[in-house]
Amino acid sequence: MAPVLVLWLAVCLSVTWAVDRGNFKTCDQSAFCKRQRALKPAESPYRALLETMELTNTRLTLQLINDNNKVRLLLELYRLQGNMTRVKINELKPLKPRYEVPDVLIREPPTEPLSLLSQDENGVVLSLGAESQRVIVSARPFRLDIMEGRDVLMSLNSRGLLAFEHLRMQEEEKVEDGMWEETFKSHSDSKPNGPSAVSLDFSLPGVEHVYGIPEHADTLRLKTTDNGDPYRLYNLDVFQYELYNPMALYGAVPVMLAHNAQRTTGIFWLNAAETWVDISSNTAGKTVFGKMLDYVQGSSETPQTDVRWISESGIIDVFIMLGPTPNDVFSQYASLTGTQSFPPLAAVGYHQCRWNYNDQEDVTSVDAGFDEHDIPYDYIWLDIEHTDGKRYFTWDPHKFATPKEMLQGLMDKKRKMVAIVDPHIKVDSNYKIHNEIRSRGFYIKNKDGGDYEGWCWPGSAGYPDFTRADMREWWASMFAYDQYEGSMENLYTWNDMNEPSVFNGPEVTMHKDAVHGAWEHRDVHNLYGFYVQMATAEGLIQRSGGVERPFVLTRAFFAGSQRYGAVWTGDNAAEWEHLKISIPMCLSLGLVGISFCGADVGGFFKSPSTELLVRWYQTGAYQPFFRAHAHLDTPRREPWLFGPENTALIREAVRQRYALLPYWYQQFYHAHRTGQPIMRPLWVEYPQDPATFALDDEFLIGRDLLVHPVTEEGARGVTAYLPGKGEVWFDVQTFQKHNGAQNLYIPVTMSSIPVFQRGGSIIPKKIRVRRASSCMMHDPYTLYVALNPQRTAEGKLYIDDGHTFNYEKKEFIHRRLSFTNNILSSVNLAPDAQFTTQSWIERIVILGASKPSTVTLKTADGKESQLEFDFDASMSVLTLRKPGMNAGVDWNVMLQ
Amino acid sequence: MCCQYILLLLLLGVSGGVSAVEVQRPRGVPLSKRQFYEEDKPFTCLDGSRNIPFDRVNDDYCDCQDGSDEPGTAACPNGSFHCTNAGFRPGFIPSSRINDGICDCCDTTDEYNSGAACQNTCRELGRKERESLQKMAEIAKEGFLLKQQLIQEAKRGLEDKKAKYADVQLSKNEFEKRVEALRTVKETAEQPEKEAKERHLKAWEGKLGCESISPSTVCTEHYITDSIVSLINIFLARLSCLDATYNSSTQTNSLMITRNNSEGAVMQSELFCCSVMLVKEDYILDLLSVCRNLEKEISFDFGPTAEFAYLYSQCYELTSSEYIYRLCPFNRVSQKPKYGGSETNLGTWGQWAGPEDNPYSIMKYEHGTGCWQGPNRSTTIKLTCGKETVLTSTSEPSRCEYLMEFTSPAVCQEPSSLDSVLHEHEEL
Repeated sequence: MAPVLVLWLAVCLSVTWAVDRGNFKTCDQSAFCKRQRALKPAESPYRALLETMELTNTRLTLQLINDNNKVRLLLELYRLQGNMTRVKINELKPLKPRYEVPDVLIREPPTEPLSLLSQDENGVVLSLGAESQRVIVSARPFRLDIMEGRDVLMSLNSRGLLAFEHLRMQEEEKVEDGMWEETFKSHSDSKPNGPSAVSLDFSLPGVEHVYGIPEHADTLRLKTTDNGDPYRLYNLDVFQYELYNPMALYGAVPVMLAHNAQRTTGIFWLNAAETWVDISSNTAGKTVFGKMLDYVQGSSETPQTDVRWISESGIIDVFIMLGPTPNDVFSQYASLTGTQSFPPLAAVGYHQCRWNYNDQEDVTSVDAGFDEHDIPYDYIWLDIEHTDGKRYFTWDPHKFATPKEMLQGLMDKKRKMVAIVDPHIKVDSNYKIHNEIRSRGFYIKNKDGGDYEGWCWPGSAGYPDFTRADMREWWASMFAYDQYEGSMENLYTWNDMNEPSVFNGPEVTMHKDAVHGAWEHRDVHNLYGFYVQMATAEGLIQRSGGVERPFVLTRAFFAGSQRYGAVWTGDNAAEWEHLKISIPMCLSLGLVGISFCGADVGGFFKSPSTELLVRWYQTGAYQPFFRAHAHLDTPRREPWLFGPENTALIREAVRQRYALLPYWYQQFYHAHRTGQPIMRPLWVEYPQDPATFALDDEFLIGRDLLVHPVTEEGARGVTAYLPGKGEVWFDVQTFQKHNGAQNLYIPVTMSSIPVFQRGGSIIPKKIRVRRASSCMMHDPYTLYVALNPQRTAEGKLYIDDGHTFNYEKKEFIHRRLSFTNNILSSVNLAPDAQFTTQSWIERIVILGASKPSTVTLKTADGKESQLEFDFDASMSVLTLRKPGMNAGVDWNVMLQ
Repeated sequence: MCCQYILLLLLLGVSGGVSAVEVQRPRGVPLSKRQFYEEDKPFTCLDGSRNIPFDRVNDDYCDCQDGSDEPGTAACPNGSFHCTNAGFRPGFIPSSRINDGICDCCDTTDEYNSGAACQNTCRELGRKERESLQKMAEIAKEGFLLKQQLIQEAKRGLEDKKAKYADVQLSKNEFEKRVEALRTVKETAEQPEKEAKERHLKAWEGKLGCESISPSTVCTEHYITDSIVSLINIFLARLSCLDATYNSSTQTNSLMITRNNSEGAVMQSELFCCSVMLVKEDYILDLLSVCRNLEKEISFDFGPTAEFAYLYSQCYELTSSEYIYRLCPFNRVSQKPKYGGSETNLGTWGQWAGPEDNPYSIMKYEHGTGCWQGPNRSTTIKLTCGKETVLTSTSEPSRCEYLMEFTSPAVCQEPSSLDSVLHEHEEL
């Protein structure tokens, strides 16, 4: 039976529409990965030479020697502020410098003193400052153990997989296959520097759940990789990607989070070369029953997850973030690479995209369609066809003859546009951008020193070297209004194909032996997209004289990309499974700092059924980046093309998004300030509840909204897990109260979007939804106060101008709203900040309330007035009518 | 909040002069609903759901589920605001567009508190609209006249076809009768042959049986219409049995059946009978197809008065920068690169696809050449009234779904109905 099944599966899979796997390497086809993975856990050949130890106030250095080949490495160990440890390992005397990733860290991380606790011939023990944390450096074999009290938090090289391929002359040693040259399909990689891979293992005792290392189309909880390929981090343009596998996708963030009920930690492997991550676990494959048996028999070894990182070049530079809470890890990582950029409010609204809106008339009619069907939107997008022959920064002279007229038309409706600017530049001597880049020598070079040329949308194209600061500066200057003809202040930018995508290159990307100044493309590959977005965002900032916040969407990304804008999950497909995977994909990105994430609503390839399209709008409306997009070859799918019933369903989903914009905006502000994700896995807020650890069909927005979108075809109901023992959740549509710590079955219809507000929270909304977000600027707020069983609630309200950097100059309103002892009050959280708003409080809805006899509003000037109210006893909902106070001032409302 | 009431200056265009009427009513309420908003009485939400004091009408707080208490503010998510638009067309806008900083009503009344600098453009719009309506009316008038001619032509054409159809029907019946008779004769004739066959099997095979029939009794005075003559010629020409029996070309020529009314049918009747015996199945089938084509054309939906019949078997072209588009109504749409290359089928006739109240405003052509990863090409033709029959524009809103605009007098409406539209616009 089994072989038949396999055969049957093989037949099915072969006809299934999916990625051509043969275009992309497996570990076995990537010489360094194969070489490194061949090393099995064993005693490490590395020994610490304790006599070389130097301990200064800020760091410890120590030489390591490989007893097999006598090559020495230099270990640097830093204690960083904020409960982090940095471990750097490089060759002591490399033949030539090895690449160290620049520009990703927002600054040289500040250190804290390390102190020596004890030392003998076996090793040294260092204190990591507070909390009885120590690091033990064992000499023979070399390993590091980070301890807290008697617990080992993390061990490095405990499985002996530290490997460092030193740079060498070609004649020097025995030559293995793929060390000095490697071929894949028809592509040859010349490898002039020979082997240069680095690898290190990490053991995580007590850990069964690890997350992160996006981007992969896989579950939130990472799987063990023993029986297949490791997770791969190598930015690639993957045509029609497959789900639930570890293949590399468009972006790479080499950050992994480890979590158990006691502690959350993180590993940040700062290396921009092709990287593979192996995960194994001693509990993998054990059934729940097996685990229980172990527990009962007391025979259980501690669960442990082992992780191994392998990179093709560069050095080992690892940041170990010791938590202990999820939020601590987020702020630790944010202190290294920065936080999510604070987008203009409009960018949090709805985006209408398609490859392509054909001409100005098309843009005008789609824009009018939104008004006709009363659906709000903020941005309409233009894909590659808007350009003059795929020459970015230009417009098709026939289809987009008067771009400013078009942009002005949108501006008159307070709407905006995004036009694509890809990094591949058409090789064409009549194209200004190309000529400038060529004459300035800004193109990436091929291995022979000429300008690297690859095939992309325009045909033959050059690739500017964005790793150069002078190139980025020049690129940024191209966004000036007098340079980018036809641009206006409501035109923003989309960077696609920045992996970079090279149609005729190995694995549809650039040859690794292409040259960026002193470095090979191999060293910097995963940084390319990061730099493209960085330079573009800088351009948008500069064109406004530093006043306006930019909005730039990127497909490729790296650690730190959160600082420059939004990310989407690339070219997905109109399939239910792709809708489902959008949740774990964005959750994984949020965990590693990139909060502004979304998937193409409707699916990029293929044409969605109407049901799928509606469900996707309903899901996308509750994800941070909300953009519909479609492939050129698919039928049109603007929201009104599926009959009035479905138009109404989509309209309602988009309107729910707009009503919640104040809450979303506040979440973005919070993410910008703290690095906490906006779209969160439940375990982040309920870290001690193992039932939440693997959930990825529902998520939280901030702390207070739980969303379980309907992602099953023909669904009649969903089962949502509501977390929190002793907590309550309120259905935001019906105001029905549900207890926490339960699996709740919710019957659904086509209009259902199961969303719950946490008891104990206050959420501001603007329920006067208008055609674009900036039309709602001065509108009044409705506050939704959801009481917890202790009859308290707390929330925040953040207001600013919605588009400039003036919030950095303290021009904003930030207030704490709290409900205790039957008094709801608004208190200034930023007394030194100054901003005024016309917005007022039009309504207060208190969920889980009891009926008061009077309600009194007291404003800052001491005036008191009675408020009218309405009480719905069946749902315990108290609605206060038109309190009317300004949203930016102190007030309180007393229920008696 | 501010000014619950507005004084509306209603400009009524009355033959040459203009008189002003002041009507007091809450902001955003159309005249037709004015009676529901009486100042001294509690207001009842228009859905009847509740009563509220009148001072809560337009107080910028939504009290009624249906939004009817806030006709002049943006407070209700489902409300609507009435713009009087004196000089142009009155209309409703969603109340979310009140004071959103964007001028929606040409009389500027939607932006009374947003600081938006709106200009009253109603008169200008009204003038432009009247001009364009007038122009359209002129076109419609001429177009409608042309349409009458088209209707007459279609009527005549239809009559012709019906006559022809009756003709063919007759022939068909006749023919079937003849064939039946022939069969009987043949079978009768075959009976002895059959017996002979048993005896002289080899001889029979050589003769193939035709001569022994006495066809003159069957085929003389056979009256055949032109179309049937030509059909039969075609069949005869491809009869292999003829080559087997008579192999010289002169004989083949002499097989051609001709029609000579004055002399009666002169035929190689013997052969005819032989071939009829052999091809009658084919022949009947083809005769049926002639009938079907005629039936189809007669019953084809060329519009309520067959005004679109003139488009049948015509083709219209439009040349863009890259392609030549060709529309052959009720047949197919195609596209051909201007500078060489093969033709692509953009769809074959599907159906009329206009809205229920005007089904003849849109044509749909489907099942054209397939697209990679996409649908089969299809084309939607939007028809508008024009004096001439012209393909005016083409676009491809999504890949492989084409949209063309096509003018034809057949679409033109009776001008009097347009006049009333014109007048409607001037009313409030």
